[in-house]
Amino acid sequence: MATRQTQLLARTLLTPATALLFIWMIVPLALTIYFATLHYNLLDPESGQFVGFENFRYFLTDPAFIASLENTLVLVGSVLVLTIVIGIPLAVLLDQPVIGRSVVRLMVIAPFFVMPTVSALVWKNLLMHPVSGLFAWIATLFGLAPIDWFNDAPMFAIILIVSWQWLPFATLILLTALQSLDEEQKEAAEMDGASALSSFIYITLPHLARPITVVILIETIFLLTVFAEIFVTTGGGPGLQTTNIAFLIYAQALIQYDVGSASAGGLVAVVIANIVAIFLVRIVGRNLEA
Amino acid sequence: MARMVTPQRVAISTAGAWLAGFLIFFPILWMVLASFKTELEAFAVPPSFLFVPWTTENYATVQERSDYFHHALNSIIVAGGSTLIAMLIAIPAAWSMAFSPTKRTKDILLWMLSTKMMPPVGVLVPIYLIYRDFGLLDTRIGLTIILCLGNLPIVVWMLFTYFKEIPRDILEAARMDGATISKELVYVLTPMAVPGLASTLLLNLILAWNEAFWTLNLSTLNAAPLTVFIASYSSPEGLFWAKLSAASTLAIAPILVLGWFSQRQLVRGLTFGAVK
Repeated sequence: MATRQTQLLARTLLTPATALLFIWMIVPLALTIYFATLHYNLLDPESGQFVGFENFRYFLTDPAFIASLENTLVLVGSVLVLTIVIGIPLAVLLDQPVIGRSVVRLMVIAPFFVMPTVSALVWKNLLMHPVSGLFAWIATLFGLAPIDWFNDAPMFAIILIVSWQWLPFATLILLTALQSLDEEQKEAAEMDGASALSSFIYITLPHLARPITVVILIETIFLLTVFAEIFVTTGGGPGLQTTNIAFLIYAQALIQYDVGSASAGGLVAVVIANIVAIFLVRIVGRNLEA
Repeated sequence: MARMVTPQRVAISTAGAWLAGFLIFFPILWMVLASFKTELEAFAVPPSFLFVPWTTENYATVQERSDYFHHALNSIIVAGGSTLIAMLIAIPAAWSMAFSPTKRTKDILLWMLSTKMMPPVGVLVPIYLIYRDFGLLDTRIGLTIILCLGNLPIVVWMLFTYFKEIPRDILEAARMDGATISKELVYVLTPMAVPGLASTLLLNLILAWNEAFWTLNLSTLNAAPLTVFIASYSSPEGLFWAKLSAASTLAIAPILVLGWFSQRQLVRGLTFGAVK
């Protein structure tokens, strides 16, 4: 039977990818769960005994965890708000009749292709340096005192850098969605005497509801684990001011060598990410049926 | 098209869009400018703009002192290798799901997507220990494996959405005309699949090139790609801005060009087909 052959072939073709992804997902996760129940420190040769939920209790009651959870939420929330609040008008602007639109598009999308370590260091040094940075010079032009970004407002500095990286993504998705908006509908509204503002509120914004949701979910997944930007600029400091959950786990694992509690932290991060992922998978899944 | 487009409106939106574009692009432009200044000029207050003695010596120094090409080669091998291997594994899988879907196809796709949602930091500890025990830390092969697995779900998804758009009728027509399976594959399907394959390849090359979690944690020197090489400039070593800028410009230039070519596929690839 040809169909049975085809089915067999289809299954054979599918196996390598699913098997690899399955191993990639299950093995490290199982190990993380296992390590999380051990007293396991790389510097302590005696370690390895079972301690149950001790690591979770330690990780979750650690003041550093509360601080880093707060920092994570502030970072994710602020970047989401900034990229969407600036991204919507920017996308609307790029959807207008603009001379040389393709060049402007290229300039707007560029930051997304810059590797995180480059954008973080260029912003930290060339732009945000309290003495020689460009921002300091602009501040003195207006007679203001330059801001020492990474001492006085370290989290805000990180938020600015990460927002700059993700603004192109939000803008591009919203622009793509705008370009699929039915022109006739807007025309009809204009003919009926709707102002630009009300046609934006009643036609454009509702049309953008779904792409905005997609932007929020996808950005959240990536923003929950912002790492390189913190690693090369502040190293989580000063104090714990810019330590997010990803950086806290990294520090516990590879600086303090506390494998047990870092694993417990890793599982906490997985749980948080999964809560977001459930919503995203649902939206994407609905799309598959259409 | 019937909407009134007055010259004023075009002028205003053009000015606004160019201003916004310039502001967003400015940090990159500023970095490229700094890469052609001397260290003294790059650090100067007030900053010097275009009227500086231009120099290309930073580019020479970057190569001499820190072996730029060694790290660039690492980036090319790791990003290119992981992308190619991921394509080889993903093409059959996406092909099979697009052309002979079963009841479970949707579940498999969503499950693959969900593996991408796992925060890498959640599995940092076991991966680090496994790599240490197998001698994979700071090796190109180690980085290639991890980036390949990390991007595999995106590759499968992108290919799936492209393959799905190849019309079935064409296949049937070819079969009616007596084409064999191999002819069908070479003359009918491949030409239609090439654009999708190319853009998937491009986008994943970019993602792998810029990946900065695993590369920072799993490599230090020998296998360190450009992401890690640039990070070594974060330790203050006096006057180094012009060199940092030169190294950064070199690191992002090739990928920026590729990125500009693939920007239309970006939306589709990164939203898993949820926005087209």
